[in-house]
Amino acid sequence: MDYYDTKDLNRFAEVGKFASGLMKKFFDYYNEATGADGALTRREKALIGLAVAHTKQCPYCIDAYTTQCLESGSNPEQMTEAVHVAAALEAGMTLVHVVQMHNCLQRQGG
Amino acid sequence: MLAPVSIDTLQVNVGKLCNQACHHCHVDASPSRTEIMERKTIDRCLEILRDHPSIKNLDLTGGAPELNPRFDNFVIEAKKLGKHVMVRHNLTVTFDGNPRTKESKRYLPEFFARHGIEVISSLPYYQEYFTDKQRGRGVFNKSIESLKLLNAQGYGQEGGPLVLDLVYNPVGAFLPAAQASLEADFKRELWKQFGIRFNRLYTITNMPIHRFRDQLERLGAYEEYMTKLVNAFNPSAAFGVMCRSMISVGYDGALYDCDFNQMLEMPIEHGKPLTVFDFDHDALIKRRIRFASHCFGCTAGAGSSCGGEIIHE
Repeated sequence: MDYYDTKDLNRFAEVGKFASGLMKKFFDYYNEATGADGALTRREKALIGLAVAHTKQCPYCIDAYTTQCLESGSNPEQMTEAVHVAAALEAGMTLVHVVQMHNCLQRQGG
Repeated sequence: MLAPVSIDTLQVNVGKLCNQACHHCHVDASPSRTEIMERKTIDRCLEILRDHPSIKNLDLTGGAPELNPRFDNFVIEAKKLGKHVMVRHNLTVTFDGNPRTKESKRYLPEFFARHGIEVISSLPYYQEYFTDKQRGRGVFNKSIESLKLLNAQGYGQEGGPLVLDLVYNPVGAFLPAAQASLEADFKRELWKQFGIRFNRLYTITNMPIHRFRDQLERLGAYEEYMTKLVNAFNPSAAFGVMCRSMISVGYDGALYDCDFNQMLEMPIEHGKPLTVFDFDHDALIKRRIRFASHCFGCTAGAGSSCGGEIIHE
C-alpha cells in the first residue's frame, strides 16, 4: 500500500462518494477561494497555498500548489520565499513561547 | 468537425539543423541534423506566395531557419512579393553561427531590420535558471545579448515598425500561466534588469511529442500530462486552432495541417501525399484536418498556437 501517491490527487472527488452534497459545497467554496482572481490574484493565492501546504506538510498539497504556482507564473525564488515566510512564522511561534517559559521561570524564582 | 476557414499563412520549415538541442524541441532539431530545404522547393514556395495574394504571411521555422544557405534569398524574394515575413529566431544563432560550416551569423539583427522581418524568439523565462534548464547552459546570457542587438536595430519599440515577440513555454509538465500577466512580468523584469524591450509575449503549451514526450516518459509523467491536457480541454480554444488558417510545409516540400503534424509525419489527408509541387488552394481549403491526441496541447486552457494563447482574457 502506497501512501501519498501523486495520482491519488486526481481521485479527490471520490471523497464525495458517501456525502456528495457536502463535497459539492466544499469544492465550490474551495475553487472560488483558491482558483479564481479576486482581491488577491490567482498567483498570490497559489503562493499562500504553497506556504500552508508546507506548514501542514501535506504531500498532495505540495504537489498541487507547486504546479499551481508554476501555472500562475511564479518562479522558484518566489516559491521558496513563500515557504520561508511560513517557516519563519512557525519559528516565531516556537520562539514566542519563550516568554511563557520566562513567566514560569519567574514564578519558580528563576 | 473543425474545417479550414482560410489559408492566411504558409509556415515553412526550411530545415532541422540547429545550433541548439533543447529539451522540449518537438522537431528534435540539433547540430547533427542534415535535413535542409532545397532551392527548387523554396522557389516553388515563392511561386505559391506569388500566385495566391490571399496568403499574406510567410512564417519561417526550423531548426534554426537562418542556417538554410538560401534563407536570406527566401526572405528577400518574399518581401518583394509584399508578404509579411516572420522568422522563428532562436537568438543564439547570431553568436553561435552555423555549427557545421562555422559561418558567422552576426549580420542577422541588421538583416532582419533592413527587410522589416517580424522576429519571434523563444525565451522560456526572464531568468537564467528556467531558460538554461530548457535550452542549455549559457543560452540565457547569449539570448539577452542578442535581444540587445535587436533593440539596437530598433526592434521592440511600442508602436514601432520592427516587431520583436518573445515566446514562453513551460520548462516542464505544466500549463503556461495567463499570457497577459506573464507578458507584464517579462516586460517589467527584462527592462529593469537588462534594459530590454519587446512587443508581445506568446505563451505556448509544450506538445507531448518527440523530445518532450521522451522526457515525460523518463519522468513517468506522460500519462499525468495527457490527463491534464484533456481535463483542460476548452471548446472555444478548439474553435480558433491555427490549423484552420494555415498550411505547414516540410523541408522536403510535403504539406501538413500544422508543424506538429509535420513532425509526427501526418501529412495532409487528401487521397495522396501532397507537396508544394501539387499545391491546390481550392482543394486544400476543403480538406479534412487531421487530429490526434497531441492536439489537446492546442486546446488546453486558454489554447495554444504559434501566436500564443487563442482565447485572450
